[in-house]
Amino acid sequence: MGRIQLEQVSKSFGELQVIPPLDLEIEDGEFVVFVGPSGCGKSTLLRLIAGLEDVTSGQVLIDGTDATDIPPAKRGLAMVFQSYALYPHMSVRKNIAFPLRMAGMDEAERDRRVQNAADVLNLTDYLDRKPAQLSGGQRQRVAIGRAIVREPAAFLFDEPLSNLDAALRVGMRIEISELHQRLGTTMIYVTHDQVEAMTMADKIVVLQSGVIEQVGSPLELYRRPQNRFVAGFIGSPKMNFVSGEAAKPYAAESIGVRPEHLQISSAEGAWKGVIGVSEHLGSDTFFHVLETGLAESITIRADGEVALNRGDTVYLTPEPDKIHRFDARGRRIE
Amino acid sequence: MARAVSNGIKLRNTAIVGTLGFLMFFPILWILILSFKTEEDAIRAPLEVLFSSGWTLESFTTVQERSDYFKHFTNSVVIAVGSTFFGILIAVPAAWAMAFVPAKHTKNVLMWMLSTKMLPPVGVLVPIYLIFRDLGLLDTRIGLVIVLMLMNLPIIIWMLYTYFTEIPGEILEAARMDGANLREEVLYVLTPMAIPGMASTVLLNIILAWNEAFWTLNLTAANAAPLTQFIASYSSPEGLFYAKLSAASIMAIAPILIMGWFSQKQLVRGLTFGAVK
Repeated sequence: MGRIQLEQVSKSFGELQVIPPLDLEIEDGEFVVFVGPSGCGKSTLLRLIAGLEDVTSGQVLIDGTDATDIPPAKRGLAMVFQSYALYPHMSVRKNIAFPLRMAGMDEAERDRRVQNAADVLNLTDYLDRKPAQLSGGQRQRVAIGRAIVREPAAFLFDEPLSNLDAALRVGMRIEISELHQRLGTTMIYVTHDQVEAMTMADKIVVLQSGVIEQVGSPLELYRRPQNRFVAGFIGSPKMNFVSGEAAKPYAAESIGVRPEHLQISSAEGAWKGVIGVSEHLGSDTFFHVLETGLAESITIRADGEVALNRGDTVYLTPEPDKIHRFDARGRRIE
Repeated sequence: MARAVSNGIKLRNTAIVGTLGFLMFFPILWILILSFKTEEDAIRAPLEVLFSSGWTLESFTTVQERSDYFKHFTNSVVIAVGSTFFGILIAVPAAWAMAFVPAKHTKNVLMWMLSTKMLPPVGVLVPIYLIFRDLGLLDTRIGLVIVLMLMNLPIIIWMLYTYFTEIPGEILEAARMDGANLREEVLYVLTPMAIPGMASTVLLNIILAWNEAFWTLNLTAANAAPLTQFIASYSSPEGLFYAKLSAASIMAIAPILIMGWFSQKQLVRGLTFGAVK
């Protein structure tokens, strides 16, 4: 079981309150991603759940039991760190077996579990090596191995992929998702990368300045962002925002349109502008349209075959049912 | 980065370094030579000393007959190892706390501890002497262990603190998440990772305690007298006995010299630990 509830949890460092009181429920078996810009408090929140930081007020409940004052070792959670945090003086085998040794498990059972984890993670050939002799991806797998052997109530991942190169990151992303499907254990995953959040999560928690801006499934956040921050944070390239006169007809202070929800034409349309920079990805092309009088630049996602050059005059038309409306405080208008 | 150095410059540098090395080693070499001479030869002019014919073990046997070398040696070992052992025992938790759970004034505490090393020891001789007299610690091994441990504690803590701060905190947090309690965390994770640093700290402190002369000479007479006292007993107001003094000195420094020789790799590694990442 791995049901985690935060009740009015807050955290201050001295005078500075980094997380105002917040509530959050994580169901058993869920893959929850905390996402937000650097310094938004997502890692701190994870460390509060882990017990590596003490809460200033509020309660952390694990499977209904108050775990607020329980030390990290006794919470039954396993954590994978950004730096992997492997024990450099121990072999891979000893690294993975360490939590079992701490739990006082007998050697035969320990060996069996380590072997299982090594099979699952393709580490069998490396069991007798030291961490320094492994590549980044292998080290990350050892860190995951050390977490899974304990059969914890929940896994906590603190930006586990940010030290890997781009290709490896995609591979590990899939491996972690598969691991989640196979184990069915609760996973809480912290990242600043919204692509990781969108691709892996059952539920995303978007944070800003320690405040939960929205909680929902990836598609809910994409389709119905509750405020301008979430609208701008989720989705790549970012949503275009237009305020002032152009938003008036929509009875809103500002409106947002995603780059993929804009039609581009060289003949006619709602907004007129001039092509600036084009980014060709092959399948798609991102055009940055300038001089619209609406915003500094409007990004649109067009088919890779569309041929337009810098300086061409174009017309943009937002898809009417894909326009997000926001009030003066940036909140969504339904 | 490799730089091209001409053979001439290499030769010159080797000569300079060689000369400096020889100059530093010379006093020990001279003591060694004198220790194998008779008293009459030992007080001659330096060149005569070198070329006088007699080489003898006489000084060594006389020294051993007149005073019990092994008793002093045992005292030195007990005092050096004991003070280092208890110093490490106190310093590990202290350095752990300062490195991994620093408080607002941790840096100040560290500086304050170091500042005690700036005070000349003679400044506290009288109070410590009186305390030791009242507690019956004068001329006892335990007394010397305590005083040398306290004298070297700031250095031990500073060194360990420096090594500990090199260890990433996340690894200790990982140990905590893996179910290790504080004792297991220190025993199985922190200590093995800090072994090179701890080894050099231990070695350096044994050397410091072994060679410490001020407190050992002032607080001991016969029972707890270590090798420093043994050497000093041959420099008496009745006259200097160069050959015997040299023999005593060689006997006193030989053990620590041999230990230093065998552990120099570890010592250098520990002292430069963290200098290059």
